[in-house]
Amino acid sequence: MDGLVRVPISEQDPKVRATNFDEVCLGYTEEEAVKEAERCLNCKNPRCVGGCPVSIHIPAFIQEVKNRNFEKAYEIISQSSALPAVCGRVCPQESQCEGQCVRGIKGEAVAIGKLERFVADWARENGIKPHTDAPKNGHKVAVIGSGPAGLTCAGDLARLGYDVTIFEALHKTGGVLVYGIPEFRLPKDKVVAAEVENVKSLGVKIETNVIIGKSITIDELMEEEGFEAVFIGSGAGLPRFMGIPGEQALGVFSANEYLTRNNLMKAFKDLDTPISRGKKVVVVGGGNVAMDAARTALRLGAEVHIVYRRGEAELPARAEEVHHAKEEGVIFDLLQNPVEILTDDKNQVTGIRIIKMELGEPDESGRRSPVEIPGSEYNIECDTVIMSLGTSPNPLISSTTDGMEVNRRGCIVAEEETGATTKNAVYAGGDAVTGAATVILAMGAGKTAAKGIDEYFKNNK
Amino acid sequence: MYPIVRKEVLADKIILMEVKAPRVSHSCLPGQFIIAKIDEDGERIPLTICDYDREKETVTIVVQTIGASTERMAYLEEGDSFEDFVGPLGQPSELCVEANLEETKKLNIVFIAGGLGTAPVYPQVKWLHDHGVDATVIMGSRTKDLLFYIDEMKAVAKEVYVTTDDGTYGFHGMGTNQLQALVDEGKHYDRCVAIGPMIMMKFVCKLTKELEIPTIVSMNPIMVDGTGMCGACRLIVDGKVKFACVDGPEFDGHLVDFDLAMARMAQYKTEEGRKKLEFEEGDTHHGGCGQCS
Ligand SMILES: Cc1cc2nc3c(=O)[nH]c(=O)nc-3n(C[C@H](O)[C@H](O)[C@H](O)COP(=O)(O)OP(=O)(O)OC[C@H]3O[C@@H](n4cnc5c(N)ncnc54)[C@H](O)[C@@H]3O)c2cc1C
Ligand SMILES: Cc1cc2nc3c(=O)[nH]c(=O)nc-3n(C[C@H](O)[C@H](O)[C@H](O)COP(=O)(O)OP(=O)(O)OC[C@H]3O[C@@H](n4cnc5c(N)ncnc54)[C@H](O)[C@@H]3O)c2cc1C
Ligand code: SF4
Ligand code: SF4
Ligand code: FES
Repeated sequence: MDGLVRVPISEQDPKVRATNFDEVCLGYTEEEAVKEAERCLNCKNPRCVGGCPVSIHIPAFIQEVKNRNFEKAYEIISQSSALPAVCGRVCPQESQCEGQCVRGIKGEAVAIGKLERFVADWARENGIKPHTDAPKNGHKVAVIGSGPAGLTCAGDLARLGYDVTIFEALHKTGGVLVYGIPEFRLPKDKVVAAEVENVKSLGVKIETNVIIGKSITIDELMEEEGFEAVFIGSGAGLPRFMGIPGEQALGVFSANEYLTRNNLMKAFKDLDTPISRGKKVVVVGGGNVAMDAARTALRLGAEVHIVYRRGEAELPARAEEVHHAKEEGVIFDLLQNPVEILTDDKNQVTGIRIIKMELGEPDESGRRSPVEIPGSEYNIECDTVIMSLGTSPNPLISSTTDGMEVNRRGCIVAEEETGATTKNAVYAGGDAVTGAATVILAMGAGKTAAKGIDEYFKNNK
Repeated sequence: MYPIVRKEVLADKIILMEVKAPRVSHSCLPGQFIIAKIDEDGERIPLTICDYDREKETVTIVVQTIGASTERMAYLEEGDSFEDFVGPLGQPSELCVEANLEETKKLNIVFIAGGLGTAPVYPQVKWLHDHGVDATVIMGSRTKDLLFYIDEMKAVAKEVYVTTDDGTYGFHGMGTNQLQALVDEGKHYDRCVAIGPMIMMKFVCKLTKELEIPTIVSMNPIMVDGTGMCGACRLIVDGKVKFACVDGPEFDGHLVDFDLAMARMAQYKTEEGRKKLEFEEGDTHHGGCGQCS
């Protein structure tokens, strides 16, 4: 091999996988992983590391893969990341670590994410767990939310000897990893639950079914239950709607509802929680969430259209997800925007009225904003509409915590370098601070805050 | 795990359960609800908090079996546990908040409970009674066998009027007829709280609008998470989208779009109907019902 192209990875056949919820990507075999690792140039100044928000020592772990020291490779990764099996699957690698890889200048970047996934999967299959021998320091820290931000912060604090308890509102841990991202991209029991177990094996306690702000407030946690510091990683779970006529009709769902029913409540397995299996489904939006909703609806047996107001180049979803969606048969109606949802006399969706768009001048963000083409409206017949227009942080915590500032988008204000909020001893990070972003950025923020909290204790001794 | 410490059958298909749930019991107030899940495969079922004991750390719920999940719940016995029991969710009733007490004391309040609505009305009347406010309660059901909590209610309310649609007990008629009759007698109310089936709340609101009595209703749309994350519970109130689980469940009844709310309740009718059949018939259900594929 000339080293310019990556070792290909096997995937389930698109026709087959469009009808099941098993994982799409099958991962590297040992031989393939070693071969791919050999492509890494072990750069002195590895640019890839700069592209990783948690600064995994990428060349170091890849060298260990090359030498078949998989356990050592896992150790190196887990010094920086609490959820490698997750990140190796869902990180937008093409714009992060792999986007910086020198191999990518002439040929294809090293498949860093796939290698990371291989190592993490290998460790799990071989029963290797992260461990810590840090002595307990007796300080109690509460972590709110068990998404990537919370799990990372909790794991890092436990490694430093803190006595950490995670409080999670839902009945399952993992945040978006369990309720949002579907099984076929991120297996729940095999991968997410196993990584949560790893965090627990560091000594972190988890209490589910506790809604901070309702079951107990942050002030009560600190005053009555002896927590000396708090990290808020409560995510950005509040769905947005468009405000167009017909949006309250039967058959219109937020992507969150649709995905939660299917992923968290496992409706696809025909358990107690129902899901509406549409015949023809329109998903509005172009992000990862829209792709996930579309590919889920497809697997539940529907013909699926994605309606997005900008063009293909502007789709915010990961390239791999768009590619997979297309392969599986999702139809993309780009440069189009809904103006109304059509209903029958029982208030059930019968279609959606669309207007075509064209790209105008670039706006402040540099993206060319779409403008309506007058008179171009037409109707798509459908029985289900899934709104995937983004989410914002839930005000539950900020509205019940004295002295903690939020900005006008409802995001918690936190210092970038430490995660400190405007309330003493309370830190925050992840989607709750930035608005909807990525798994790895949330993890990065969790790490930063763990350091910030450790500093806080050191300075207050 | 959240063990059931007491179970009582109150009436046909209406079951009370007292559940050990320390965190909920410490922080809940009347008007709020919980979400219970029986086991790994169970659905998240929202249920109103009907009573609570902060010392015993228990919360009481009353369940009416109407579908597959509530039916499954009815099979739980004392000593069994819910796998998940989360809350309190939603806003407390604005009448049962200490901060509003001075204002509340000035009001002549009438509660109208329809069917199962008696259960969520009870803790509110009790709270008010404990805080020196006497309220009138009209509680009604279709027929005598479905009535429950009459004595409990009498112990905490100033006056209790019981109605049945078929006249088998108390006043022959519906809650709305009883309210009209009381007003015709010259009774005056400044506030009405109506809790029960949506159709009943809709008609109470129609009447109280004419009678110019501000009315609070407790909405129970389909929910999933109960924390504002999914939007399944959305309602139109005063022309705006509200999430019943975080903004409610209580709203100004004169501003709620009931027709839309009732239509939305039908969302999972066929799917759920199928589940219930499967559950009732178990292994004997081999299709042929026209619902199964
Ligand atoms: C469908 C979907 C697909 C996505 N795909 C990708 C992808 O491919 N790649 C990628 O990098 N990113 C993806 N993302 C984004 C990514 O998942 C998020 O940015 C990330 O999960 C944010 O992590 P977090 O820890 O900040 O919050 P979350 O993962 O949202 O976790 C927050 C947790 O806090 C809990 N919580 C909230 N409020 C309270 C409270 N009051 N008390 C207690 N607990 C509370 C919530 O229940 C939740 O479990 C996707 C998101 C979605 C929705
Ligand atoms: C805030 C709130 C408080 C509630 N309090 C109580 C309570 O104290 N006691 C109690 O018994 N029930 C209460 N309910 C209703 C209870 O949650 C439903 O009866 C239950 O979810 C039905 O589940 P199921 O699977 O048994 O029935 P399903 O089979 O899901 O439903 C059967 C039928 O009822 C309809 N339905 C679906 N969801 C609801 C709903 N939320 N309410 C009413 N009908 C519904 C369906 O359209 C279907 O036709 C409350 C609901 C809410 C939202
Ligand atoms: S965590 Fe994400 S960004 Fe970092 S190396 Fe792994 S795949 Fe790349
Ligand atoms: S930049 Fe690419 S080639 Fe260089 S060390 Fe990183 S992964 Fe290896
Ligand atoms: S139940 Fe999900 S937002 Fe209200």
